[in-house]
Amino acid sequence: MKIYNSGKVVIGLIIFIGLVTFPFFYNKGKAIAKPEPKIDTPAIMQLQDKKCVEPRDFMRAEHMRLLNDWRDSAVRDGKRIYVNSEGKQFTISLQNTCMHCHSNKKEFCDRCHSYVAVKPYCWGCHIEPKENKS
Amino acid sequence: MAKFTAKPNELSKIDYTPPKTHWLETPVEIREHMFCHAAKPKDLETVGFPYGREWRPNDEDWKLPENWKTIIFEGMRSLLKKYRSFQVFMDICVRCGACADKCHFFLGSGDPKNMPVLRAELLRSVYRGNFTLAGKILKKLAGARKLTANVLKEWWYYFYQCTECRRCSVFCPYGIDQAEITMMGRELTNMLGLQIGWIAGPVANCYMKGNHLGLEPHTITSSMEFFLDDIETITGIKIEPTFNRKGAEILFVTPSGDLFANPGTYTAMGYLMLFHELGLDYTWSTYASEGGNFGFFTTNDMAKRLNSKIYAEAKRLGVKWILGGECGHMWRVVHQYMDTWNGPADFLEEPVSPITGTRFDNARATKMVHIAEFTADLIKNSKLKFDLSRNDHLNVTFHDSCNTSRGMGLLEEPRYVLKSVCNNFYEMPEDTIREKTFCCGSGAGLNASENMELRMRGGFPRANAAKYVHEKYGVNMCAAVCAIDRVALSTSFEYWVPGVAVCGLHELVGNALVMTGEKERTQDLRLEPLPGKEVAE
Amino acid sequence: MGSIVSLIAVIVLILIAYTGVKAANLHFLFGVVIPYAAVTVFLTGFIYRILKWASVPVPFRIPTTCGQQKSLPWIKQNKIENPSSPFWVVVRMALEVLVFRSLFRNLKTQLTDGSRLVYGEAKWLWLAGLAFHWSLLIVLIRHSRFIFDPVPSFLHILEQFDGFLQIGVPVLFVTGVVLLVSVTYLLIRRFFIPIVRYISLPADYFPLFLIIAIAITGIEMRYFTKTHIVGVKELVMGLLTFNPKTPEGIGWIFYVHIFLVSALFIYFPFSKLMHMGGVFMSPTRNMVNNSRVKRHVNPWNYPVDVHTYEDYENDFREKMKSAGIPVEKE
Repeated sequence: MKIYNSGKVVIGLIIFIGLVTFPFFYNKGKAIAKPEPKIDTPAIMQLQDKKCVEPRDFMRAEHMRLLNDWRDSAVRDGKRIYVNSEGKQFTISLQNTCMHCHSNKKEFCDRCHSYVAVKPYCWGCHIEPKENKS
Repeated sequence: MAKFTAKPNELSKIDYTPPKTHWLETPVEIREHMFCHAAKPKDLETVGFPYGREWRPNDEDWKLPENWKTIIFEGMRSLLKKYRSFQVFMDICVRCGACADKCHFFLGSGDPKNMPVLRAELLRSVYRGNFTLAGKILKKLAGARKLTANVLKEWWYYFYQCTECRRCSVFCPYGIDQAEITMMGRELTNMLGLQIGWIAGPVANCYMKGNHLGLEPHTITSSMEFFLDDIETITGIKIEPTFNRKGAEILFVTPSGDLFANPGTYTAMGYLMLFHELGLDYTWSTYASEGGNFGFFTTNDMAKRLNSKIYAEAKRLGVKWILGGECGHMWRVVHQYMDTWNGPADFLEEPVSPITGTRFDNARATKMVHIAEFTADLIKNSKLKFDLSRNDHLNVTFHDSCNTSRGMGLLEEPRYVLKSVCNNFYEMPEDTIREKTFCCGSGAGLNASENMELRMRGGFPRANAAKYVHEKYGVNMCAAVCAIDRVALSTSFEYWVPGVAVCGLHELVGNALVMTGEKERTQDLRLEPLPGKEVAE
Repeated sequence: MGSIVSLIAVIVLILIAYTGVKAANLHFLFGVVIPYAAVTVFLTGFIYRILKWASVPVPFRIPTTCGQQKSLPWIKQNKIENPSSPFWVVVRMALEVLVFRSLFRNLKTQLTDGSRLVYGEAKWLWLAGLAFHWSLLIVLIRHSRFIFDPVPSFLHILEQFDGFLQIGVPVLFVTGVVLLVSVTYLLIRRFFIPIVRYISLPADYFPLFLIIAIAITGIEMRYFTKTHIVGVKELVMGLLTFNPKTPEGIGWIFYVHIFLVSALFIYFPFSKLMHMGGVFMSPTRNMVNNSRVKRHVNPWNYPVDVHTYEDYENDFREKMKSAGIPVEKE
């Protein structure tokens, strides 16, 4: 098969193939570890019932919305009590409730967030914790 | 056949609503006044086209050769391997519809199969069914269909309802050019002898006699005598052009239509006067006496065979370069095909205007210059004197020819010349000129008389724009740089917008040109009295 | 009619993925085998189609000129619309590919007062087409969070612009909405503009429905029933490092989404979607208009029979002589 204008066609195809296969080459040979957020802070270890404010799966999928709702009710409505699905009450506070247990932002929050390149804007207002040096 | 009698106000009632039935299920209806007569067998035989026979388009039986389907499929396969345009255009149309209301035949007829996209789909559907995997598997779901005699008739009917004007190609996001597809379609119909008479006749004439009209050498010189007499009457100057003269500097080639039919003849007079005034060392040729190329509307080979005469004659006569007259498809061929077919023209020199010394760099390989380029250069260098008042009785507009606009880009040269020779110039609406110009409706070999309804419908958008300037500015003359335009627009305007005549650019040049030793002119090139010079009886 | 067939086809595709994952537990088939197959078909099919086009010569130099040619030095050339050098062809093509220059010219022609044609602006198709293609591209680039590790920093910049409205959590990406709106417009115009409906084939509706379904499942996963995105990234990274796995906890919607994308990739090389490659190969746009300056060579140019001057003179010698026209042989 003779290819006419082969120079231009080949350049075009190389660009095309390069773009499509780039992810394969970029990640080549990398043993990409699955992020394991750590839940072994002293505060959590002390808990008898190791439960977050809501069940694990819900928190994994919806924590961003929960935090958003918390912010709205605390900051806009002045409401500082959260009643969870089991009827238990929690103080609505990122720093005092969430971060009380999850005091290890780097090993908890950041693990997944950097894995999938999420930049939450929590720390636009809140002071980023200078937590555990461990 | 009954005479075409529909009135303009009936014809302009156009319904753009598509029919209820899907186009794949709407069989073609071959309507009178919309098609041209079949080619005469002898004309096909003259040039060696196959399957010349007596047949009529509205007959049920087209007397196709037994293996006609094989011929078509083999033909398609071969064309798909020869033309990337064809292969790509078969594959990439997304049917966005941008081309739909750009075609003058669709705008004038409302027939959806005249939308460039559907005209192409007529062929594409068969392509898909036989040349693509998706079409072979999914059949109708992929928009594929079988080739049948009715499909072939549909091709024929609609590929001879396209003037290859390329307006659709301007608007297509991929540049899909229906002209290319029509050319392929016509190649295919030619393989089965399904040519039309109005093309086959001129092709045979041109092949044997050197020009479409079949003017023999002595007829060319004698019809030229008429012009020369008229010029003498008007200016008092006797011009003596030469024919087939060896050693001339320039060979002049122009469409033969201008030697024969009004109003093109006035343009020919304009050329003669201009060249005489310049003292140009040029010659006409009776062998290469055709600039146009109706072969271009049949097959690539035929077009090349007819075109070969121009270079052959230039070589035989030993001229330095070639000057080409006003013609549309001639210039598409000269500009985009001639050198590739019959070049390289290494026996010629790079064109230089002997009057101004201007080197026509843009034609340095093909060595053929458009007369509008040549004249514009003369005017720019103040080599010509004009009396513009001689065109004062005219309110002029300019019709861009399809091929020179969209296959070349000759837009400003003719306008510059026009504005230099007449005082009253008005443009038609912006969306109908330059690269968006509308076809006269009769190009690509469709200017017969039996397809008058088709021609008037196709000419409707152009005439409509002319009507606009006629009513708004009193435009009464439309200049065009195309021989077919001059004939076709005359008919179309007479029908749609009486009161607008048609002329060539160089007719107006000839009118205004102040010639050395001329008497005081009282008549224009049409022998009509000049304004203020009417003879008082 | 064509639209219904296409819609059914897309629904069937969705059901296949849904039942395949939900009822038959074929996570590996839909998460690994089919995506691999899709990329393979897409890549080889695309290359094949391009090479097939490239194996056909361009016998003639046939640019569609949409502006003033280069002729006399004092006449202003339209370099973009009538390029006389390769550089300006690149500019012309760039405008064509990046901003759909030709479609921008679009006009609406209407017959008014019974006999007058008027020409009006018609930019909706251009706008929707442009919005659709660009948002699709940006959405595709946004997916780089799943296909690169570490994720390149340009993604954050892109997301900042894309999410500038800061609506909701996760932040609403404008391109997602634009994509869905524009593709819906492109679909709806096929229903409501009579001549466009008339020319539309199943092959026109199918990719539109498919892309709509892809967009909806994607939006659904981001904003509504959220998927386990860490798991999704694990799956994708597994594919990209040839170490495939199907992590637990990824909902069926994700499998529908990736199956529809795979279907689009497989469909691509066999369909009109190849206009993506074809636009670069269109001879009416990608050629320099310099045919009188530089000879264009047709590789299959062959000699043809011609009627030579000699033949001609033989036919007409006496007539030529009597008309005083010089002849070669007396």
